[in-house]
Amino acid sequence: MDPSDLADREARIRMMQAHKAHMTQFVPWASETGFTVTQVERGHVWGVQPFLEKLIGDPDERVIHGGVITTMLDNLCGMACAAQLEELRFVATLDMRIDYMRPAESERPVIGEAECYHLTRSVAFCRAWAYHESQDKVIATAQGAFAINMPRPLIRPGEAI
Amino acid sequence: MSRRSEDLQAFLQRVPIVATLGMRCDVKGDDMTAVLPFEKKLIGNVAIQALHGGAMGTFLELTAMAQLFLQADVARPPRTINITVDFLRQGKAEDLYARAEVVKMGRRMASVRAEAWQAERDRPVAALLGHFLLR
Repeated sequence: MDPSDLADREARIRMMQAHKAHMTQFVPWASETGFTVTQVERGHVWGVQPFLEKLIGDPDERVIHGGVITTMLDNLCGMACAAQLEELRFVATLDMRIDYMRPAESERPVIGEAECYHLTRSVAFCRAWAYHESQDKVIATAQGAFAINMPRPLIRPGEAI
Repeated sequence: MSRRSEDLQAFLQRVPIVATLGMRCDVKGDDMTAVLPFEKKLIGNVAIQALHGGAMGTFLELTAMAQLFLQADVARPPRTINITVDFLRQGKAEDLYARAEVVKMGRRMASVRAEAWQAERDRPVAALLGHFLLR
C-alpha cells in the first residue's frame, strides 16, 4: 500500500471503498463480532452485523446484545471520520451515547450507518444508526465525539523510539 | 452465596455474549466487581495495542445490568433504554475491572453508573451512565 494514497481524502475514500470487505480483519474485536464495511463515501460509512449465536445478550428472546451494536457504530464512526478528514489522522472516541428504540429482531442482520457531520481542528462529531431495513424503523441511534490526534512522526527503520 | 447472587451467576452462564467477551462477576452479597481478563481478541487498535471501545462499552453495559439484577427484584434481565460511555484513557492490553452503582431505582426504570479501570482504581479508563427498563 502506497502511503501517499492515504494522505489525500479522495484517494483515501477510494482506497477504503476498494478494501471495505476486509477493513475489519485488522481489528481483532471487530473480527470477533463479525461486522463488515459495505459502503464508503465522503464522511459516511455503512456496515452490516450478521446475527451470530455467540453474540446473544437475551437468551429468552434470542437477540444480540446492545454492546455488539455499540462496537459496530463506534467503529463505523471512526471510519466515517477517516472518510471526512482532509489529512490522515488517528481518531479516538471521547464519548458515545446510544439510544435503543426497539430491540433488534432475532436471526436478522443489522445494518449500521455512520456519518461524520462536523469537524473542528481537534474534534470530530458523528451520528450513527442501526436498523434492519431503513432509518424509518431504527433499532438504535448514536451520537459521539472523537478526538483528532495530531499526526504521529513516522518512525524510520533503525531509529530509536 | 446469596440466592440473588446464584440467580445472577446462573443467568450469566446462559448469556452467550458473556462467554464471548470472557467476563465474570465476583459477587459478595450485593457487592460486585466485574472482571474482564485480557485476551488478544479484545483489541481495537493493533498498532497501539489498545482495547476496542466497543468491547469496553459492552463490558460496562453488562456490568451495569448485572449490578441492577443483583439489587432489583426482577425476573428478567433489565432492558437498556440508553447508555453514554465516556472514554477517559486508552484501554491497555491488560485485565479490565468494573463496578457499577445504582443511582436511582424506580418502579419501572433505573439509572446506573459504572466505571472501569486497570492498574489503578483512581485512574478510570471508561465510565458509563445508563437507563434501564425493569421487566
